[in-house]
Amino acid sequence: MLRQLECSRAIAEAVARCRPEVVCAYPITPQTHIVEALAELVREGALAPCEYINVESETSALSVALGASAAGARAYTATASQGLLHMAEVVYNVAGLGLPVVMTLGNRAVGAPINIWNDHSDAMALKDAGWIQLFARDSQEAVDLHVLAFRLAEELSIPVMVCVDGFVLTHSVEPLDVPAQALVDRFLPPYHPVQVLDTADPVSIGAMVGTDAFTEVRYLAHHKQLQALDRIPVLAAELAGLLGRSSGALLHPYRAEDAETLVVAMGSVTGTIEVAIDELRAAGVAAGAVALCAFRPFPLAALADALGRAQRVIVVERNLAPGLGGALASNVRMALRGRPIPVHTVIAGLGGRPITRAGLRRVVETAAKDELEDLHFLDLDVGAVERELARWGEQRRSGPSAENILRDAWRTR
Amino acid sequence: MQDVLEIRIHGRGGQGVVTAAELLSVAAFREGRFAQAFPSFGSERMGAPVVSFCRVDDHAIRLREPVNHPDVVVVQDPTLLGSTDVFAGVADDGWILVNSSRDFAALGLGDWVKRFRPGRARCLPATELAREHLGRPLPGPALLGGLAGLTGLVRLESLAAAIRERFSTAVGDGNVAAATAAFQLARTEPAPC
Repeated sequence: MLRQLECSRAIAEAVARCRPEVVCAYPITPQTHIVEALAELVREGALAPCEYINVESETSALSVALGASAAGARAYTATASQGLLHMAEVVYNVAGLGLPVVMTLGNRAVGAPINIWNDHSDAMALKDAGWIQLFARDSQEAVDLHVLAFRLAEELSIPVMVCVDGFVLTHSVEPLDVPAQALVDRFLPPYHPVQVLDTADPVSIGAMVGTDAFTEVRYLAHHKQLQALDRIPVLAAELAGLLGRSSGALLHPYRAEDAETLVVAMGSVTGTIEVAIDELRAAGVAAGAVALCAFRPFPLAALADALGRAQRVIVVERNLAPGLGGALASNVRMALRGRPIPVHTVIAGLGGRPITRAGLRRVVETAAKDELEDLHFLDLDVGAVERELARWGEQRRSGPSAENILRDAWRTR
Repeated sequence: MQDVLEIRIHGRGGQGVVTAAELLSVAAFREGRFAQAFPSFGSERMGAPVVSFCRVDDHAIRLREPVNHPDVVVVQDPTLLGSTDVFAGVADDGWILVNSSRDFAALGLGDWVKRFRPGRARCLPATELAREHLGRPLPGPALLGGLAGLTGLVRLESLAAAIRERFSTAVGDGNVAAATAAFQLARTEPAPC
C-alpha cells in the first residue's frame, strides 16, 4: 500500500519487518530519522522481540552489532560520514569475521571542511573493507534493498551496507510502499548463523592468525563477494516477484542498448539522469545510462555487457579521489579493459551541490563532440578557485581556504 | 493546469518550512497524484533562511534537482524579501504568495507584481491567522490554505486531512481553522495590486 512517507521512516519500518533482534545506533545527520523511528517502533512494541541499545559512539554502535551477530542475533545499525570513519576499525572486523550485520549508510560528505550534505566520500573511504555495498537509485529501492540485504548477508555470512543518499533520499517525502510483513517473512527466513558464541558449544571467534591462514581467510572474503555477484540477481528477481516491482540488481540499464554515449552513476542522481537522457534522445542524441546498484561486489561482466556498443562512457561520481580522479571511474575502466573507448570522469554533487539535468545534458553534449576532458569538475566555480590560487601565490600566510572562498562568495553576492 | 507543478517555499528555520512542503505533498497524494517534498541543501538552523520544495505530477517523479523555475513561490517570512532572491526563476504565469498583512505596494513590490496575471500574486496575513486560530505564530498551514484558494492545486479538504494526519487534535483543529480562513480570504478578496 502506498503511503506518503519520508524515506527514512519507510526504511525504519522495512528494517523492523525484517525482525532484527538487536538495533544499536549513535545518531548522526542524515541517518538520525531512521534510528529515531526504529527506537519508537521498539518502544511501542511494534518491533519485538528486539533490544534497542543506545551507545556513546559509532565505534560502540558497530561493536555492539558485531557482538550481537556473533551471539546469533540479527543485528542492524546505521551511520553516515564521520560516523563511518569513527567505526572504521570495526567495519573491517565485522567483514573479516564474516558476520552478517546490515547497516544503512546515509551517504554524506566527509570533512574537513565539515559538511552535512550528500556525496559518496564516506562509502568510498571504506569500499574495500569487505562489506557488500548496494546503492539505492531512489527512495523505494532504498526501502526494498534492506529486505534484500538481510537475506543476502545471512545466506553468505557477509555484512551488507545499504547506501542511501543523505537528504536527497533520506529526507524526501514521497509515495512509498513498505513491504508487507507476510511478504518479508516469506522472503527472509529466520537467521541461522554459520558460527555462534554458545556456552553449550564453545568456539573462539577472532583468533590471531599468522602467515599460515591469513591469505586464505582473505581469499574466502573475496570468494563470498563473487558468490554475491551470482546471488544478487537471483534474490532481486525473487523479491520482485513478491513485491511486484523491480528493486535491487547488479545494475539498472536505461535506454542503453543503442546508446553511443553512456552515463554511468550510482544512487539518487539516477532519476535526474534518466530525465536528461529522455531530453537528449528527443533532441536526437543517442544517450543512455547505467545505474550501478552493486558497487561491492563490482559487476565487471554485467557492466561490460551493459555498455554494449557505446563509443564513450561518462562516469558521474559523487566522490573525489584526490590525485587520481574518482573511485567509480577507475572501477568502470577495469570493466572496459581491452576496449579502446574513452571513459570520462565527471566529479559532481560534492558536499550536496545539486546535480541538474541541464548540467548533465551539457556534459553529454560536450562529450558527443569529443570535447570533454578526461577529468571534469561539474559546475566548478573556476573564478573562485583562481582567486584562492592567486592568494596562495601572493603570500605565505594566505589563510584557511574554505573561509577565504566563503568570504569571496558573500562579497560577490 | 500543466502536468508538473513545482512549488518553492521560503522561510526561516523553526517556521515549519519543511513541514509545509510535506503537508502539501500529502494533500496532493490524497488526491491520487504523485508528489515529492524535500528540503533544500543549505544550512538549516533556527532563524536562518530555509527553502523547501514540492513537486506535484500526474506521473511518477524521477527528477531530484532543486526547483529552480517554480510555478509557485510561497514566502513565509517577508523579512527575507530584502536579503534573498526568493522569486528567482519564477515565470510570469506563476503564482506568488507572501505572508504579510500589508500589500505589495507597501512591501515595495507594487510595480514588480504587475508582471503576473491578475489574481496570481497575493499577500495574506497568515501569521495573524495562525495567532488567532492556533494561538502560535506558525504560518505554514495558513499559507497552504491560501495556496489552495489561490491556485486550486489541492482541495481544502485534502489539506485539512493532511494537517490532521500530522498534528494532534487541538493543534490540528487550530491549523485547519487557520488554513480555512486563509483559503476563504484567497478566494474572496480581490488581488490588492
